[in-house]
Amino acid sequence: MELFFESLFNGVAIGSVLMVAALGLAIVFGLMGVINLAHGELIMLGAYTTYVVQLIFKLPALQSIYWAYILVAIPLAFVVSGVVGILLERTVIRRLYGNPLETLLATWGVSLILQQFVRSVPLAYASGIIFALLVGFSFPFLLPKKLLDGPSSQLFRAVGWFGSAIFGILLSGGLASQISTISRANSRNVDVTAPKWMRGGLEWMNLTFPVPRLVIIAMTILAVLAVLWFLNRSIWGMRIRAVTQNRSMSDCLGIPTDTVDVLTFGIGSGLAGVAGVAVSLLGSVGPNVGSSYIVGCFMVVVLGGVGNLFGTILASFSIGLLTDLIGAGRLLSLWPNMPSPLAATVDFFATTSMAQVMIFALIVIFLQFRPGGLFPLKGRTVEA
Amino acid sequence: MTTLLEITGLNTYYGESHILRDVDLTVNSGEMVCLVGRNGVGKTTLLKSVIGLLRARRGDILFEGTLVNRQAPHVRARAGIGYVPQGREIIAQLTVEENLKLGMEALPSGLSQNNKIDSFIYELFPILQEFLSRKGGDLSGGQQQQLAIARALLGKPKLLLLDEPTEGIQPNIVQDIENAVRRIIAETGIGVLLVEQHRHFVRQADRYYAMQRGGIVASGATADLSSEMIQRFLSV
Repeated sequence: MELFFESLFNGVAIGSVLMVAALGLAIVFGLMGVINLAHGELIMLGAYTTYVVQLIFKLPALQSIYWAYILVAIPLAFVVSGVVGILLERTVIRRLYGNPLETLLATWGVSLILQQFVRSVPLAYASGIIFALLVGFSFPFLLPKKLLDGPSSQLFRAVGWFGSAIFGILLSGGLASQISTISRANSRNVDVTAPKWMRGGLEWMNLTFPVPRLVIIAMTILAVLAVLWFLNRSIWGMRIRAVTQNRSMSDCLGIPTDTVDVLTFGIGSGLAGVAGVAVSLLGSVGPNVGSSYIVGCFMVVVLGGVGNLFGTILASFSIGLLTDLIGAGRLLSLWPNMPSPLAATVDFFATTSMAQVMIFALIVIFLQFRPGGLFPLKGRTVEA
Repeated sequence: MTTLLEITGLNTYYGESHILRDVDLTVNSGEMVCLVGRNGVGKTTLLKSVIGLLRARRGDILFEGTLVNRQAPHVRARAGIGYVPQGREIIAQLTVEENLKLGMEALPSGLSQNNKIDSFIYELFPILQEFLSRKGGDLSGGQQQQLAIARALLGKPKLLLLDEPTEGIQPNIVQDIENAVRRIIAETGIGVLLVEQHRHFVRQADRYYAMQRGGIVASGATADLSSEMIQRFLSV
């Protein structure tokens, strides 16, 4: 029984990391049909945002509320990755709708650029740039419409960008002078220090549940619920579903499809940022942290059935459970007197990387029989 | 009676193939105008050019005196053009209620300000009320057609584009749809541009334009449209 619970917990924990990482992709790739290879780098940006936030909370002024940094990091990571995602959609992906191959190549290029960006730009300046962009983009929404439509709208826009540039410079300068570790470029991996309440584990029935894992599971549940609510209950969710299924007719009904695209992509990218927070709790954060998750994310979305959120949920937890089952060699403990050749095989796959190999092989075999995944659904074929 | 839609010298292409050739057409408020012609002469293309799914290469499309050539479909929809396409294009995975609500997106204040479905829709098409929570894709063809018209009407359009609303639909529903369209015109004074093959429905229109090979070849009051001419323009 203990074994069962331990296995279940590990499986759910692995599955929820996959789930939260793949949730954004389920929207971007599943609903919009955009193959975004830079999704992993959006996860990485979320992880770095967490790192910067926790450094800020380490400053003497904020040290007393260090425990709360994660509450700031989650929304901030969502915003940072969301803004970078929107920028990516506006500048690159939007011009390539309907050309999956070109999208794939272009976003792969973007992912390399982003990796190099965090290697060679000091994090303090990177945060300055990102926040300047963020303020610059949101500036038009903060001003009353009258000013922007008026004769001097160009002036207001220019002033807005100028102001946000100043804001960015001040922020990066401030960060750099306060936190020396991020004032220089650093291509090595960095570690996020967990607050006290997040270290250790909870004891229950002779079992230890590591708290970071529990936090990730909670985050995943919240993220999934929020996404489901948003897509199924809100007006924008309804618009997104309509555009996903029938783009041209939605346009004819008066739905601003452009805005829907931006919003959908922004939310998908933002969720990647939230995944980044989760990833930063599990291990060190480096420029390559995203690329180690991207394959798993695509696997989850494809296995679940493109365009189906429930499929994504089921797929990530199945993969999680299988990973634990194979990777920890649990079959051996379930069936101790297994014939030795079989036992040797199980043992051979009982490492994290070999378990991955095994699972990907199983997925490939599964997809031979059900190419549409667990729940095939007709997704959107993006038109030009 | 004011001019709602005025098309002059419209030329539309599908890729490189020239579909519409110098089309001139007007629709006034409060009248039903019918486009007749055989399959493949460009009637649907004309409607798609008016809503904006196809961009006009040359010529002007004026809606209430504003040039709309370069506007996206959703801008035209919000300006007051309702579109009921051929094949209905119900959003299949959304419920009937959601489909109806999406129709209100075309209202000037958009969907966020309006979330109550106007009950006149249920007077016109009582069947929709029974199926509110069903998936749009699960309805029969005739029901979907009624839903598509209801959806367009909820946006309170000034001009309604109807593309073959009776195609492949059982006769009693054809009658319902005819009555609904006539009633809407009488009550709200909107203009309707109709593409239709069904002779009885064609006869309901005030004026007709007959198309051949992408151009208008005849037009006039429907009352003057002889059976012989209908034969010429409609029979395959």
